[in-house]
Amino acid sequence: MIRRNTIPFGPQHPVLPEPIQLRLVMENEKIVEALPAVGYIHRGLEKIAEKKDYVQDVYLAERICGICSFIHSQNYCQGIEELMKVQVPDRAKYLRVIWAETHRIHSHLLILGLLADAFGFENLFMRLWKVREQILDIMEATAGARVILGVCAIGGVKRDIPPALGEDVLRRLDDVERQLPELCDSLLKDYSVKQRLIGVGVLPKDKAHELGAVGPVARASGLKMDLRETGYAAYGDLDFKMIVEESGDCYARTVVRVKELYTSLDLVRKAIKRMPQGPISVPVRGAPPADEVLARIEQPRGELNFYIRGNGTRNLERFRVRTPTFANLPALLHQLTGCELADVPVIAICIDPCISCTER
Amino acid sequence: MLENVAHVTLEQIPTEVWKLKTDGYRFVTMTCCDQGDAHDILYHFDKNYQLKHLRIRLPKGTALPSVSAIFFAALIVENEMQDLLGVTVSGMAIDFKGRFMLAEGAPVAPLNKSVPGIGIEVQPKVAVTAEGTVKS
Repeated sequence: MIRRNTIPFGPQHPVLPEPIQLRLVMENEKIVEALPAVGYIHRGLEKIAEKKDYVQDVYLAERICGICSFIHSQNYCQGIEELMKVQVPDRAKYLRVIWAETHRIHSHLLILGLLADAFGFENLFMRLWKVREQILDIMEATAGARVILGVCAIGGVKRDIPPALGEDVLRRLDDVERQLPELCDSLLKDYSVKQRLIGVGVLPKDKAHELGAVGPVARASGLKMDLRETGYAAYGDLDFKMIVEESGDCYARTVVRVKELYTSLDLVRKAIKRMPQGPISVPVRGAPPADEVLARIEQPRGELNFYIRGNGTRNLERFRVRTPTFANLPALLHQLTGCELADVPVIAICIDPCISCTER
Repeated sequence: MLENVAHVTLEQIPTEVWKLKTDGYRFVTMTCCDQGDAHDILYHFDKNYQLKHLRIRLPKGTALPSVSAIFFAALIVENEMQDLLGVTVSGMAIDFKGRFMLAEGAPVAPLNKSVPGIGIEVQPKVAVTAEGTVKS
């Protein structure tokens, strides 16, 4: 009879950007069971949100994640706007798309770089992150900050992108796009890289649905699910096309993210070119009524949900956050079961785990 | 503002959740709010971007039947509710016994209203009149 051993993978591990522990029950080199242990960076953010003014919570929501921060504040603002029946100006919707999609590009470049690092291709990791710096430069030029932008507000946005700056952003995006094919070929066509990704961590379509997978993890398994299709903000005017792959392995997840880089570049370009003139925000008075809303948005890792309940005062009755990594944890456990120990870093990184988001 | 909310009883939960699963709905998440003597619990499901919700008012001290046998994805949110709001969930596929999100020595059910926030500066509550003006 094969003896079973339990190996703690994390919470501190070279491949993990943030602390999470996976308790792996092994039979020789094969994983027969995996359990998560979280809570290392739980901050009690939902409790803080109830104690603060609902306007202060915009800043709080933006700090849930240090990668896709703008999208968190956007989702919070959209939720409050729905609750308070605030009509946001069209120009603000386009500006939100521009910053949301630049966040998606930098987030995807970040995780693709970390993936390259996980399978030992350090040069590719550094080159992907070099391109990511250019995206951060775009955010600095347009919003005055590189990650925590602080430009989203209830009723619109706080900063505009004038036409000359828009032209500059388009030039910078062209430069980014020129560098991508060589890097993407290394990720998708290199023999060694394919050996590490193809057939690894397979998540079939039916399992992805049953386990509640979201984002690139779900789309790589053939699930047609991207909230941008619903047309929130200005997506309804930008001819958005979803990226879906079928094989459900780590390679398919990489393909989805690589193709989404191009989709996001395209969306930013269209948003800049089609952005209407007009105000960028409307004043909002009063407080959220005693009502509830489930605000949803497509974050780089997938569907992000904020349940927001008002009570007629400036303090929220409840603010609940369900992040995509939280939703993808059951799918990760399924992928790990039956795999080899050596594949754990690649599988774990391929769900693009954001633990700060998950634990709040 | 939530639409498609169905109120269910404790006994109806497994049947209603199973019905939604067979109808092709995806389990999104659950939300739990402290309402003093009870917890207001919502189950959220999605199909083709259309949401459906089940709502139950669970008196404190009553155990909530787990739906993790139907949707395994419910396992982590049920464990989180058990940790952060003190809801007892019976029959979970894996029960972390209150140690999923919180470590030993952490406050018990910290998201309940009766637990003051630690190190949080509490903002004064203000009322809003029908005209939309704020009175402190």
